[in-house]
Amino acid sequence: MRVKVRYFAAFRDDTGCSEEFVDSAGSTTGEVFEQCRSRHQGLHRHQASMVAVNDEMAQWDTPLADGDEVLFFPPVAGG
Amino acid sequence: MNRFTVTHDTIALDAFRRGMDDPSCGAYVQFEGRVRNHNEGQPVLRLEYEIYEPLAVKEGERILDEALARYGVEKAAAEHRGGLMGLEEVAVVVGVSAAHRDEAFAACRYIIDELKIRLPIWKKEHYASGEARWVNCQRCASAHDQG
Repeated sequence: MRVKVRYFAAFRDDTGCSEEFVDSAGSTTGEVFEQCRSRHQGLHRHQASMVAVNDEMAQWDTPLADGDEVLFFPPVAGG
Repeated sequence: MNRFTVTHDTIALDAFRRGMDDPSCGAYVQFEGRVRNHNEGQPVLRLEYEIYEPLAVKEGERILDEALARYGVEKAAAEHRGGLMGLEEVAVVVGVSAAHRDEAFAACRYIIDELKIRLPIWKKEHYASGEARWVNCQRCASAHDQG
């Protein structure tokens, strides 16, 4: 399964990139994040981090399909 | 027309408020979030907001719908600014029109509280020292410590 991963704000700083493709053996958002962590030492999943799939908010156990776009959000701070 | 919008310019407050006029409403409550000159003891010079707009707009509309349903108000709208901004500039505005003040205050409070925790928006503070830091990093740091 090949998915596109996008990093925002502090996650972009942590990984040094804004997006990349990942060939994943895992099948959920959480598993793909773990795979990304193994690529990027600075990347950590904080308690308040969020994830979205194809522009819809998702959970860390949301199943993924080939071609999905996965968005990793560090803790938000609007307002 | 979207009631939740994102702008990268100065928020047009007069136009925003005019859009909330409604002859059936005796109450109008508006909240403005402004750039303040300090945070946690550090002098702040300016703020920078990064917004992932497609999802921020979608989730923002959802929050406004929830406020309408929950509090029975007539109109609810909000605008968030992205990019760099200076002290005292308005970063976010929320407006609620309702028949009476109680539900207008409550809905306005609900909207700003939910916007802050649910929208994909990140704030970077630029300090007088020349440093800049993503807000919530301390929470990140303590999460690191806990492994």
